[in-house]
Amino acid sequence: MTAESPKPGSVHATPALPAGEPVWRALLGSTVAGPLVALLLACLVFSLGTRTFLRAENISLIFQQSVVVGTLALGQTLIILTAGIDLANGSIAVLGMVVMAKYVVEGGDPIVALLLGFVVCMVMAAISGTIVSRFNLPPFIVTLGMLTAIAASTRLYSSSASYTVPPSLLTWLGNSIKVGGATVPYSIFVWLALFAVAHYALTQTAAGRHLFAVGDNIEAARLAGINVRRTLLSVYVVAGAIYAIGAWEALGRIPVADPNGYSTANLDSITAVVIGGTSLFGGRGGVFGTLIGTLIVAVLANGLTQANIDSLYQQVAIGILVIVAVAVDQLVRRRRAS
Amino acid sequence: MTSRQALTAAAEAGQPPTPILEARGLVKHYGHITALDGTDFDLRPGEVLGLVGDNGAGKSTLIKALSGAIIPDAGEIFLEGNRVNFQSPHDARAAGIETVYQDLAVAPALDIASNIYLGREVRRKDFFGLVFRKLDYGYMRETSTRHLMDLGIGLKSVRQSMETLSGGQRQAVAVARAAAWGRRIIIMDEPTAALGVRQAGQVLELVQRIRARGLAVVLISHNMPQVFEVADRIYILRLGRRAAVLRPQDTTMADVVSIMVGAIGGDVPARGQGAATPPTATPPGYSLTPFDPSGS
Repeated sequence: MTAESPKPGSVHATPALPAGEPVWRALLGSTVAGPLVALLLACLVFSLGTRTFLRAENISLIFQQSVVVGTLALGQTLIILTAGIDLANGSIAVLGMVVMAKYVVEGGDPIVALLLGFVVCMVMAAISGTIVSRFNLPPFIVTLGMLTAIAASTRLYSSSASYTVPPSLLTWLGNSIKVGGATVPYSIFVWLALFAVAHYALTQTAAGRHLFAVGDNIEAARLAGINVRRTLLSVYVVAGAIYAIGAWEALGRIPVADPNGYSTANLDSITAVVIGGTSLFGGRGGVFGTLIGTLIVAVLANGLTQANIDSLYQQVAIGILVIVAVAVDQLVRRRRAS
Repeated sequence: MTSRQALTAAAEAGQPPTPILEARGLVKHYGHITALDGTDFDLRPGEVLGLVGDNGAGKSTLIKALSGAIIPDAGEIFLEGNRVNFQSPHDARAAGIETVYQDLAVAPALDIASNIYLGREVRRKDFFGLVFRKLDYGYMRETSTRHLMDLGIGLKSVRQSMETLSGGQRQAVAVARAAAWGRRIIIMDEPTAALGVRQAGQVLELVQRIRARGLAVVLISHNMPQVFEVADRIYILRLGRRAAVLRPQDTTMADVVSIMVGAIGGDVPARGQGAATPPTATPPGYSLTPFDPSGS
């Protein structure tokens, strides 16, 4: 509180409302600034260091390699923002893929198959969400259990066999258009559109504010009259729907539903979220950071390959980045708390 | 009739006004611990009621019952003479009772305006608001700014996140949020506990400004000088029961503390003496306000 007490009345009498913060300044103050600089730096280094990096088809490839994990990371972001974590997202998406593919391979209608995939993914995520919100169990343990159970169930359901999907609605997202010499599959547009929608929902709607509040201080959210349980459950269900879209994108990229596929997608998605600056403690961050985080991982993988560097170095670099990102978050939180 | 008019009218009639909030015989058990043991309570329109008691006397339980955060095992609560049955803080808020909790129920990473409007966000009235449920940040920020200024709380911008504020500023925003939405009663649990002297003084000023707006305030505090400074009446809770209700001008801090810790009796029987025991006599030199709110 300042010493002088401003007179009530005109809002414009004090500098309380800065008129339209410039974009660069809003960016600087946000959690996105660091990841964005890292991404641009990586792109710059690889553009100068290799001849192939900056080519249109290579950029398109980077996006294609990012889509599935990036979509799972989007759902993951929503859950991490509530101070949760979802270790089961990859296994949920794989189950969705297998259910869709098996249904079509056995002669079912692709539209029904797609709907079935969505229902399965949303129900699985809803189970996690229900247990977390109703019984207050730690999401880490709940989704670890779900991961194990779903992965095994998927193998039982598929008899550990892979299903190759014939071209149909299920592979439709793999179709592409030409943009300046590069092939761009529909899935990339879907992915980017999902981020835009999620960003809008998080920052411009009451539901988004409530999600942040629940992750930030669950007790405060409850006392403010927010239905915490319903908010949590709906976040998991929405994440489940996003995982289903991820499964659909995956079939578009490689039309094979392999029950053993995407086994590290859960950790990869967490990596993308964390590198993107979203706090594992909840309430801070956003999906734009996750978009950047996903791209950082993909750019490092791609660029180091272009530069003929052993891909193991990429993993070393990613590992270091994750730790740096968490350390920065911890530092920010501690400095703000004091 | 506003609460202030009611107060004036009642003062002219020479008797205390009808309580705006009243509780009779509240009981709350936690396992084998009895937090509230048949507690009576009354809050008059437009007053600041200081609620004091030793640790474990049941202060927090009492205000939780009054604000809907817990449901008492027995007893009745009346709001302006009408029986109410709060099932959740939401019900109490809908009835115009706002609570500022001790642990400062704010979301630190959200900005001030978002915290003031948390759970009560305002959507835009246009196409975007109706179809895309877009929030009206401009409106919420503007009204938050005006409201804070009306209460004399000077902050740089309502777009600052709560965690950038000092403890006193955070408390001020929490109190302002309650004042913004509370139509009848504001309950504050230890609003100055974590604050320095200057900041505590500012929060107390805020309490007085809220009273000046005609709202009734229940103020829990351990700090006797603060209670004596702002309270119109002091309610002393001991062992889950009303020990005494005093006016600060009729008593001293030492006496209040003595009643609080049971060194001298209040005007209700201590626990264990049985309900049949008549109230202990008012100790010499203590003028206690009457129990029965309708009495004189």
